[in-house]
This record gives sequence, C-alpha cells and structure tokens, in this order.
Amino acid sequence: MSLLIKGGTVVTAEESYRADVYCADGTIQAIGENLEAPAGAEVVDAGEALVIPGGIDPHTHMELPFMGTVTADDFMSGPSAGLSGGTTMIIDFVIPSPEQSLLEAYDTWMANAAKAPSDYSFHVAITWWSDQVREEMGVLTRERGVNSFKHFMAYKGAIMLDDEILLNSFDRCQELGAMATVHAENGEMIFHLQNKLLAMGITGPEGHVQSRPPEVEGEATQRVITVAGVANAPLYVVHCSCKQSLAAIAQARANGQAVYGEALAQHLVIDESTHYLPDITMASAHVMSPPFRTKEHRDALWGGLQSGTLQTTASDHCAFCAPQKALGKDNFTLMPNGCGGIEDRMSILWDQGVKTGLLTPNDFVRVTSTATAKIFNIHPRKGAVSVGADADLAVWDPNASRKVSVKTHHSNMDFNLYEGMTLTGLARATISQGKQVWDGKDLKVEKGVGRYIPRPTYSSVFDRVKTYRALNAPRRVERAQAAE
Amino acid sequence: MSLLIKGGTVTTAEESYRADVYCADGLIQAIGENLEVPAGAETVDAGGALVMPGGIDPHTHMEIPFMGGRAGDDFFTGPAAGLSGGTTMIIDFVIPASDERPLDAYHVWRSRSEKAPADYSFHVAITSWSDQVSEDMETLTRDHGVNSFKHFMAYKNDIMLDGENLMHSFRRCRDLGAVATVHCEDGNMIWLMQQELLAAGITGPEGHPQSRPPEVEGEATNRAIRIAQLLNTPIYIVHVTCREALQEIVRARMEGQRVYGECLAQHLVIDDSVYYDPDPVKARAYVMSPPFRPKDHLRELWRGLQSGNLQTTATDHCAFCNVDKEKGKDDFSKIPNGTSGVEDRMSVLWDQGVETGKLTPNEFVRVTSTNAAQIFNIYPRKGAIRVGADADITVWDPKATRILSAKTHLQKNDFNIYEGMEVTGVARSTVSQGNLVWQDGDLRAEPGAGRYIERATFGPMFDAAGRAREQRPWRRVDRSEAAE
Repeated sequence: MSLLIKGGTVVTAEESYRADVYCADGTIQAIGENLEAPAGAEVVDAGEALVIPGGIDPHTHMELPFMGTVTADDFMSGPSAGLSGGTTMIIDFVIPSPEQSLLEAYDTWMANAAKAPSDYSFHVAITWWSDQVREEMGVLTRERGVNSFKHFMAYKGAIMLDDEILLNSFDRCQELGAMATVHAENGEMIFHLQNKLLAMGITGPEGHVQSRPPEVEGEATQRVITVAGVANAPLYVVHCSCKQSLAAIAQARANGQAVYGEALAQHLVIDESTHYLPDITMASAHVMSPPFRTKEHRDALWGGLQSGTLQTTASDHCAFCAPQKALGKDNFTLMPNGCGGIEDRMSILWDQGVKTGLLTPNDFVRVTSTATAKIFNIHPRKGAVSVGADADLAVWDPNASRKVSVKTHHSNMDFNLYEGMTLTGLARATISQGKQVWDGKDLKVEKGVGRYIPRPTYSSVFDRVKTYRALNAPRRVERAQAAE
Repeated sequence: MSLLIKGGTVTTAEESYRADVYCADGLIQAIGENLEVPAGAETVDAGGALVMPGGIDPHTHMEIPFMGGRAGDDFFTGPAAGLSGGTTMIIDFVIPASDERPLDAYHVWRSRSEKAPADYSFHVAITSWSDQVSEDMETLTRDHGVNSFKHFMAYKNDIMLDGENLMHSFRRCRDLGAVATVHCEDGNMIWLMQQELLAAGITGPEGHPQSRPPEVEGEATNRAIRIAQLLNTPIYIVHVTCREALQEIVRARMEGQRVYGECLAQHLVIDDSVYYDPDPVKARAYVMSPPFRPKDHLRELWRGLQSGNLQTTATDHCAFCNVDKEKGKDDFSKIPNGTSGVEDRMSVLWDQGVETGKLTPNEFVRVTSTNAAQIFNIYPRKGAIRVGADADITVWDPKATRILSAKTHLQKNDFNIYEGMEVTGVARSTVSQGNLVWQDGDLRAEPGAGRYIERATFGPMFDAAGRAREQRPWRRVDRSEAAE
C-alpha cells in the first residue's frame, strides 16, 4: 500500500516548497521533486494545491453521554466528517462522573472509540479528588499514554472544581510531566446569574449568553493562571473566547509563565446576536459555553492567533441536536451545551484568516495542527510533513470554494453553525495513515482503522519548568534552640 | 572533504533526538543513528553534547570606519571569534554616509568582507532619501540578495531619518518585499538632553545613559511601529532594551501587526551602574546605544524572549577600543558607541537563560539562530539541522564552563564587557560549510572561506501583508456635479 502525492507545494508551519510526497506503510517515506512512484502506487494529483499536515482538532466530544442518550456524532461519524474537512486526528475527552474511577471511565471511552476511522487520543478530565484519583493519574500517564488532564471551573453542582482541588491536581500534573488544561468560566457567578435571569422570567436561550458574560471567563482565566503559577504547572486554557481572557493569557506569557491558549473556529466568526434570534430552534442550536461574543472580542482573538498568544484552534465538536436542545426550551440552564464544527474548522480558518491577510499559509498550518502536536507532545509524528512522520496529510486547495450547509455536511448534526457561508479553501484530498480517505467528493473511511495515539509526558516546556523548580526549591532555615 | 558528528543529541528549535550528522560538500547529507560513512571521513565526537544549528548573529558592525580609525575587529577576526563561540554566520550592515549612494557603499563593504572566514550577509542602511536611493534599493534587492533595510531614528544631523523619509523608505521596503529594520531612539530628544547635560557640566560617560532614558526608546519604537502599521509592512526593531519599547511591540503584536523584536545578549545581563564607575576607561568601554538599563528592565527582556514577543538575539558587535573611546573623554557625546560580544553571546544566553530555567534548549536554538534565519528568509538553508541545509553546526557542551575575559578572548578588543563571568555552556566544536573550524580551543578559520549569502525578498510574512492590503482598497465616490 503506497501513495504518491504529486505536483503540490508542501506547506508546513515553517516553510513552503515544491515537492512530491511519497507515503508507504502509513508513514512518509520520501519528500522531493519529481519522485518516481513504484509500480502499483496510488497517485494523488496535488497540482496548484498545498500539501499540509492533516488538521488536529484538540478539543472534541464524540459520543458524549447525556441523560441516557449520546450526541449525534459517534467516534465513526464525527472523525469521518473531520476527514472530509482535512482533519486527520482528534483529541477527545474522557469525562468520569464524580466518584467514578478514572481508569474505568478511560476504558469506557476507549471502547467507544474503537470504531474510529482515523487516529485519536484522549485528555482525561479530573472531576473530583481523592487519593485514588491521584494514584490513577499516575497510572494513566505511565501506562496509558495520557499527558493532559482537563479541569472544569464551570458547571457548579456537577463537575466544577474548587481552587483546592485545582491546586492538588495541578501539583500532580507538574509532578507527572502532564499538561493541565482548563475550561475557565466562574461557575459561582454563572449560577448566580442563571437564578437571577430565571427569576426575571428570562427562560429562553438568550438567558444563556447573559448568564456567562466575558468577565465570568476573564475572572476564571486570571485565577487559574495564578493557581497554575503557584503550582509551577504549565497550563493550557481551552476555548478562549473573549478579550478579558486573552489579556490574562497575554499578561502571564509576557511574565514568562508557560500558558497556552486555544480558540474555537466558531468564536472567531459567529456573533453574540445569534443567542437572541427569535426562532427558538436556531437560538438553541447556538447554545455552547463559553457563548458567542461581539466583534471586538473576535478581533482580539484573531490578534491572539496572529501574535502567537493563542496557539491552537479547535471545534469543541459536540453534536447535540434539536430534540436534545428542546429539553431546555422552558429553562435555558437545562439546555445541553454544544455545537458541531469539526468538518468546517479548517475552511473557516483559511477563508476568514488566510484569505483576509490575517494569517500566512504557514501560520494556518501552525494553528490548525503543528502547535497542537507540539503542546501535546506528539510532534513530529503528527503535525509535520517530514520523512518518518505519520502520513496524515491534507491536499489543500487554496482557491476552490464550497457552500456550507446542513444538507451537504457529513456530520450527523441537524444544524450547521455556518449555514450558507461560501468558504474558500478546502480539502481536495485527505490522507490518513498513508491511505486516501477523501477525494473531494467521497469518503472512503473504514471503521476501526484509527489508532489510539499514546502521548509521552514531559514535553519540551518541562525542560525549563524542571530547572526553574530545582532552582526555586522551598527553603528551610535551620535554627539552633536557644539555650535554657 | 566529509565529516561525521557522532554520538550527540540533535537539538533544533523544534525537537531534540539522538542522531549522528554526516556532512559533505558543505551540506548536511544524512542524519540518523549509526550512519555508515565513507572511509576517510573526519569524525567529531559529540558525546554528551548537543548538535545545534550554528548561531546567527543578525546585528554586527565589523571593520566599521570611525574618525579615521577602525573598529578593532575586521571581517576576519570578528567572525573568527564568533566561530569560537558557536556563531557561524553574521548579518552585518552597509552604512552609507548621508551623501553616499547605497549601491556604492554596498560594494565598499563587500570588498571589506572578502576576507571573512564564515558566511555572512548585509542589511543596507537608508541614511537619506532621493530617487537615486529608491532606485538603488530595487537594484540591491533584485541583483544583490538584500532583503532588509536599516533605518536610524537616532544620530541627529548625521544619519537620522525624519518621519517623511521613514515613510518613503518603509513604503519602498513593502513594495520590494524587504523587511524594514529600525534603530528606535528619538534623535531630537537625545540631542536636547545632551545639550542640557553638557551645559550642566556632566561631560563624562555617565551623561550617556542620562541623555537616552527609556522613554526616548519607547517613543521612537511606537512611532516606527505606527508608521509600519499605516503602510502595512513588516517591521523588525533592533536592540530592544527596555520595558517601554517592549510594551509597544507587545501591543502591536496583539493587534495582529507583523512586528519583530531583537535583543542583545549584553542588555539581558548588564545594568546601567557600569556608567557610574569611577574609572573613566571602564565606564567609557560600556558606551553603546541604547545604553544599559536599570535591573528591572533586564527581567522584562527575558520575559520578552520567553513569550516570543522578542524573537532574536544579537550582539551589535562593534569593537571600539580605548584608543577610539578616548576621543570622547571630555564630551560623552563624542565617545564612539559600541561594545563587543560576538564570541560570548551564545554562552551568555545558555548560562543565564537555559541554566536558570528561563529557556528550554529548543528555545535557545530558536532565539540564537532559527528565528533570525526565518525572519531574514534564509531558512532552512541556515538555522536548521536537516538534510540539504548548509553544514553550519555547533557541537554544544551544556556542562562545560569557561571564564570570559579580555585576556583570553579572540575578538580584537581590549575590553570584555563580561570580564570575569564564569559561564556554563560552551561550543566544543564548530563546523562551518562542513569544515571543522573550531575544536576545543583550536581555531582553524581560513580568511576568505566565507561566502556572501543572498537573501530572497518576499519572505512568508509578506503573504499575509499583501492580502491584508487588498482588504482595504482606496474608496472613491463618483459624484455628478450639481446641475447649474
């Protein structure tokens, strides 16, 4: 099984150059001009197109259980939709219930993911704290290839963590060489505002956005950065959506702290006004957390990606459909949070980022795959076009366009956030493990061929964290007892 | 002529891994474990050491003429000293007199640099404006491989450019796809301060820093950035020394502007107390612009490097000796500005950056070599360890130490600004164009072996700048004249 991608321009986070790419046995075997295809090799024409590392979506929720059902996209349909959009790997989340064993939850999610058509990995959420949790974090990093743990500061009364647990868990993360990741919204403030809004009779989806204003996110981001600083733990802030949160990250980075930030494609383009649409189905379909923001916040997020203050882009793909959303039609706080988007993330970033001159094509690769691979320590196996790397590639047509619609998308979602948008930049072909799985028209995915990608601990940033820790070890002053 | 670097850890801006590196014909030919090499290949032992891209110093002034004298280091001795410290390439400056054609000055500098033992390139300074200058800029980019032009906002009545000429030149840079680089200090403010200080009888070198306080640099940095923003062209600020300037860079980057910042190794470790030394020879030796700053600014610069708001490190190597410096003994404004350090930059960065946990080894490579290569568009020929790249390599011993001193250094300067400092991290061997030119104290630099490196215009950052300009076309409203 071998494949030659011919005639394209290889574009990585670092550079662009004309070259053919030859893949066999699931990895990239050769890169160069005028490569000869061995007999029997499949040839993919990349003329006029860019050959880029396949997208990595570091934030998805496939097959997420919710009140006895699961989200519409499972580990087959969701990643398949991703492949049609040029995304070849996801990092999903294992979310144990409070009191549940982390290992048990991990096994459950791993069993669900066995059907995946492309490679995947898992962050594991810390939703409670005990000696057992502490112990199991060790087992997950040592034996299961987990190098990141997720923390929720929102969802009071469910999976929200207080500062004490955050400190315990962050301390454990840095001890294990794992990245602490965090959903930063202040759950207490949200709870307070939700009750106030409901009491005023604001029960519709417009209540959602009003219960989670930017300051709620700004406070939590500032706080969690401080907590991580005290624990000397590198920190990754998921779905940064507003100016306040971005300012906290920029400030911390300018102070030399190891803090990373992720932006969701939809937060870069969709406006807050969608939460106020008169059509309740439409408005409900937009309910996710953090909510959509005004233009000034979107402009700031683009600046964050341009300056490198935010490093990654994701989709938070979580396919709740209308019947599930309807559970909250009389009370927005009961509405399941989540939108789709795994399929459109890369096209959105190209159309709204590269075409407008905000990002270079190299920046595009950096924010859609390479930075993620580095932060989560799977580079250069993923996120690179180099000999020996996994042959996960997208042949990206920078000039072709498509119209986004729920009628034509591959996800099982009954709604598309970007409905009607014409986007320039699309995956003409997608290669996963050296096989062409998307040719621009048809998906040729195979259930279960995706592999779980173990991620080693102690990514490069820990080189400096370790030295800093050693030089700033706690000090003790030995004092002689005064003679009596 | 071939050479095998054996047993080391290849360390790039991206990653670290065990591998041997085989060089022949001036290029890296193979990277891998247990390489088979032709008989007769010279072997360099890299056991326990890191194999890194040779340092690139993007800011030096070799053999610069001054008042009938010359800086102590010429294009042989300066770069040779650099090789002993792990630096394999410099980008020096062609500085035309204000009535000299840039093209003529370029040829003068090229003839001086023929003796260089290692590869080099030239930024060209724009010190006046006319149609002729504008034309020469095009010739330099088209025929001579120049892709960056330097601008001085200081040195009033000499090579300082006013706002109008800055705009002319920046616009020309943009249209030619060249990076505008700027020395940001407000020459008018400095001139005023100098007059005041001299009138107050402050004629010694302590007058130097007092005539150029941080606000002078902050103001000019902001002004240069705003002009570049208006014209939508990338800008590179040389030797950023203070919080005020760094803040302007951070602000602009967060707004999505393509602004790059350089800092000098010496500004990271030496503070302004040196100017108040009672020994006039010593105090004069530290006179350079911008001057050394109070300690709190030093920490800010490190944070700039850590966060990526500053990308490169340089030396501004300009080896004026006491015999030159003495010309300003009665008037600090006449002391030739310049200090040396091309030999010590990398060790200072390792010792004060990596050893203290501020930078990872990968970040060290990024700020000493790779970023400079990318910004000035010679990557991956330079700044990379990969097959096909120039074999400019440093075998870096992260544990060895040496004491910096004028008694032992190779640069031709009677003073060392780091005198007596013991640093950890030393170039054990240096390879230039595939030849071993430095090995444990033995310098084998050859006059004239260095090549002039042409740099192509329109580096990757111009991809975005061009598109961004198209987003804001001029608008014209066609109005019919009112009927009479």
